[in-house]
Amino acid sequence: MSIEAVIDSLEDGMTIGIGGWGPRRKPMALVRALYRSDLEDLTLVSWGGADVGLLSRAGKVRKLVYAFVSLDSVPLEPNFQRARQTGSIPEVVELDEGMFNAGLQAAAQRLPFLPMRAGLGSDVLVNNPSIQTVTSPYDEGFGHEELVAVPALKLDVALVHLNRADAHGNATYLGPDPYFDDLFCMAADRAYLSCEQVVDTAGLTYETPVQRLLLNRMMVTGVVETPHGAHFTTCTPDYERDEPFQRAYAKAASGTDEDWQAFHDRFLAGDEASYQAAVQAFAEENQR
Amino acid sequence: MTEPSTITRADVCAAAIADAFADDGEIFASPMGLLPMLGVRLARLTSNPDLVLSDGEALFLAGVPPLFAKADKVEGWIPFRKVFDVVAYGKRHVMMGATQIDAHGNQNISAIGDFSQPTRQLLGSRGAPGNTVNNRTSYWVPRHSPRVFVEAVDIVSGVGPQRAEQAGPAASRFNDIHRVVSNLAVFDVTGPDHTLRLLSVHPGVTVPEVREASGCGFHVEGSDADVPTTREPSMEELVIIREVLDPQGLRFKEVPRPEKEQQ
Repeated sequence: MSIEAVIDSLEDGMTIGIGGWGPRRKPMALVRALYRSDLEDLTLVSWGGADVGLLSRAGKVRKLVYAFVSLDSVPLEPNFQRARQTGSIPEVVELDEGMFNAGLQAAAQRLPFLPMRAGLGSDVLVNNPSIQTVTSPYDEGFGHEELVAVPALKLDVALVHLNRADAHGNATYLGPDPYFDDLFCMAADRAYLSCEQVVDTAGLTYETPVQRLLLNRMMVTGVVETPHGAHFTTCTPDYERDEPFQRAYAKAASGTDEDWQAFHDRFLAGDEASYQAAVQAFAEENQR
Repeated sequence: MTEPSTITRADVCAAAIADAFADDGEIFASPMGLLPMLGVRLARLTSNPDLVLSDGEALFLAGVPPLFAKADKVEGWIPFRKVFDVVAYGKRHVMMGATQIDAHGNQNISAIGDFSQPTRQLLGSRGAPGNTVNNRTSYWVPRHSPRVFVEAVDIVSGVGPQRAEQAGPAASRFNDIHRVVSNLAVFDVTGPDHTLRLLSVHPGVTVPEVREASGCGFHVEGSDADVPTTREPSMEELVIIREVLDPQGLRFKEVPRPEKEQQ
């Protein structure tokens, strides 16, 4: 399917999970389309990177669920910082990373919660008073332990990006880390997968181990071929992070409104094809 | 021949960090930041050859490459999802940064100010809440100042022992805040009521200087004169730091050389 068909199927107010990790293998082509869309009041669930930054900057986020937001080589995400410091995201749920993972697992397993230690004693529980604890029915010699009942992070839609997929939604990651894209898909009612290249089903296991097949077609609603669709995040081994572009993004995001507007006009105002063309022009400029 | 007189503060910090991992045995050492990465690799090459190291991404390293070099030999796979398993398993010692750390060993990397609308948004809690109630945790502070060492952190990301105890046995069973190493001194949290205790001051640093640079109190065993000096790295360690792990001197970006040595 097309990027536009994915976005057209979404509605205001939805809870959207975004795969990848920080500035790594993010479904950026789909995120850019969300950024351009008329959709609003979204709840985002993300291991945050520029996806969170872009959608916060566009004022699309009513509620954000995250454990961190980072660009790695630029430690703090300027658009996210700006949104937090101006209070423009009405509802903020900051979790421990392990809690975030457990929340996705609970949703994927159709459980209301999963117990864990992470969060106990920290301000994660203070700042999220709706998160409850649960007491173990068993005493293993330390009393009936009181653990965090991490609530399920149920998603309406998941958006993920992998290296290769077939047209049915079977997909492989070719880099070192699967991140949590399978969990995002299983936690969601619908999952849309973008990929670098759509191949024959047999091609998925040609010269790559079968263990790399992270997604199966039961978990995926639709497949979009978006070459360079994770740009400017990593999509190892197809390409690494575009550091000069990320620096330009971060500079515009932490600059004046005019700086951001100029970045927007140059890269984000048109469709994905015009984005990729503008990125190529930017790269050529930088080589000179 | 390396002259001991040229031992820099960064070298002392690397050895102090290595010492924090010396008695860990065969567990996963997770350093966050440059000096922690250097110190952990130094420990692996000297006091604790059993330490398990990663490339900070998804691979366990069989060898001990220089800072930021690619591994030539890999001994395992540790994608992020498996890191959470190791955290819960407990065989891990993480050394995190701290934008704020307080007298009770609580740490903040989330945000400065009020959580609902912070004056400065930082990373978020990351794995700090889970780390501190599951596995051994230490902190590294490259610039010791009253803005970092505070009476009470704005947001508790990393849980100190008193907070863990108040949260019950599930939180305190595995809470183990081991060391706080800064560019001036080394602390643990075994002062009265689980407060910071000054273990040593680095060569050339005095206890009043540490007090001056701290926005919170800390415990001193006996009088100031009784506080030991952090040990200097051995000749073997200096050679490893300078010629094997960090020949480019990246450590000086985090802990600059004193001015007199730059002349």
